[in-house]
Amino acid sequence: MDRIDARVLTISRNGPFRGSATTFGALIGSGFRRYSTYRQATIAGTFTNIVFGFLRCYVLLAVVEGAAGQQPAGYDAEQLATYVWVGQGLLSVIGLWGWTELADRIRTGDIAADLLRPVSPVVGYLAADLGRALHGALTRFGGPLLAGAVFFPLRTPTRWQTIPLFVLSVTLAVVVCFGCRYLVNATAYWLHDARGPIMVWTLGAGVLGGLYFPLRLLPEELALALWVATPMPSLLQTPLDVIAERDGPLLQAGLVGLQAVWAVAVLLLAGVVQRRAERRLVVQGG
Amino acid sequence: MGELRAYGALAGAQIRSAMSYRASFLTEMVANTGATVFDVFTVLVLFRATPAIGGFSLEEALLIVGLSSAGFALADMTVGNVDRLKLYVRAGTLDAVLVRPLPALPQLLLMDIPLRKTLRVVFAFVVLCGAVAVNDIDWTPGRLVLVVLTPLAGCVFFASIFVISASLAFWWVDSGEIGAAFTYGGRDYTSYPITVYSSWFRALFAYAIGFAFVAYQPALALLGRTDPLGLPGWAGFLSPLAALASASVAAMVWRIGIRHYRSTGS
Repeated sequence: MDRIDARVLTISRNGPFRGSATTFGALIGSGFRRYSTYRQATIAGTFTNIVFGFLRCYVLLAVVEGAAGQQPAGYDAEQLATYVWVGQGLLSVIGLWGWTELADRIRTGDIAADLLRPVSPVVGYLAADLGRALHGALTRFGGPLLAGAVFFPLRTPTRWQTIPLFVLSVTLAVVVCFGCRYLVNATAYWLHDARGPIMVWTLGAGVLGGLYFPLRLLPEELALALWVATPMPSLLQTPLDVIAERDGPLLQAGLVGLQAVWAVAVLLLAGVVQRRAERRLVVQGG
Repeated sequence: MGELRAYGALAGAQIRSAMSYRASFLTEMVANTGATVFDVFTVLVLFRATPAIGGFSLEEALLIVGLSSAGFALADMTVGNVDRLKLYVRAGTLDAVLVRPLPALPQLLLMDIPLRKTLRVVFAFVVLCGAVAVNDIDWTPGRLVLVVLTPLAGCVFFASIFVISASLAFWWVDSGEIGAAFTYGGRDYTSYPITVYSSWFRALFAYAIGFAFVAYQPALALLGRTDPLGLPGWAGFLSPLAALASASVAAMVWRIGIRHYRSTGS
């Protein structure tokens, strides 16, 4: 510690692209490092994901047993097992639950410090969340998938484009999920206590995202309406359908395109909400 | 008498604080009920694709999910908050609880009274009543007692699981979500006929831990069905015994745990 580096990263919203990219990268790195300190929680979380994987997988396989043609909603047993186990792995990659940081900072008044930074809160938190997702992908994704592969026959992708499309789809899912969580947390600007909206999100995201059961089991019109009118199926259902190869290549690419539309839409909306909030914000705390 | 007044004061303060954020309270109450609504909804959706799951019809499955939800909702309302123990241990808040002249566990439960969970209990019992009505049950005095006792025994059973899972924080502060595998996992496990699970997973959760006696065995006894897995018909009537056994284990784990507690304060 004999040499102190006093250089400050060039951070400017209007600055050259390179400066912004460096800042964004640095924030991703800090998000990654922050989560890599919770090693025990990672182990505990993986264990829980695996137990729920067993529960969901057995129930869905029992549905296959009884279903006409043994293909409920067009999935065979291997596709459903893949759906369940990859889904359990993705839960902490997209970070479906448990993010209350923004709401907490709004409630305590710490948000004031974020507003002083030369990076917009939406961009700053997005970068940190991408770092978190990267950490999740490296540590939380493999465990459930391995457990699933050991105890159940899973489907190996048969098309070359499935894996790259899956990676793209998961990345988009992370962004969509972040945008939704940001919006839910941002209700605290108006409500002060965002516990209610966060609970509604926790509940709705699981069911409408496709975690409890594949949304294709719903009546067709309902599933279609959810897909087009809400960002929810873009959270889990789309990446899982891609990896399970539920549809043809064209439809899969189309669904991922829909995800991209939703990713842009929720980020833009988060930006608008943030600006509106800044105009009326009274910072709490003494 | 003084003790009761102290508990009353703790509870009253909680109720007043919940009522000061009324909009949030109402949203939380609805969202909380939603959890059980979606559990039942999931069963209905799955039965759209198949006439039977694990050899059980929709009506029979509803009875199982009704018994399980009623027991779980009751336990979650009364004891579920104990899963915040890991936060108290980490923050050192537990010290404040231990120096007060009241037992620790009741205080912890009253530190956050979940009035918001009441509506969910009501909904779970509505599902149970509906399931009892749609099934053709041949009522005997024994079955009448059983249908009343099962949700209570389920409540005691889940409450014990909540306490045991929470006690883990005494030894392992960073146990994180591990308790959820048994509490919420147990709720999911007991919501379906245990015939759907494979041999070792069933042996471990259903019989070794005892989740079979929360809903599955009592449902068989109510319906008068023989157990495809071979347990005799009176096994369903064992659920209060299983609940008592789990409660004594939970009490023991809690006592050992709280003696093992070392404050994290500085």
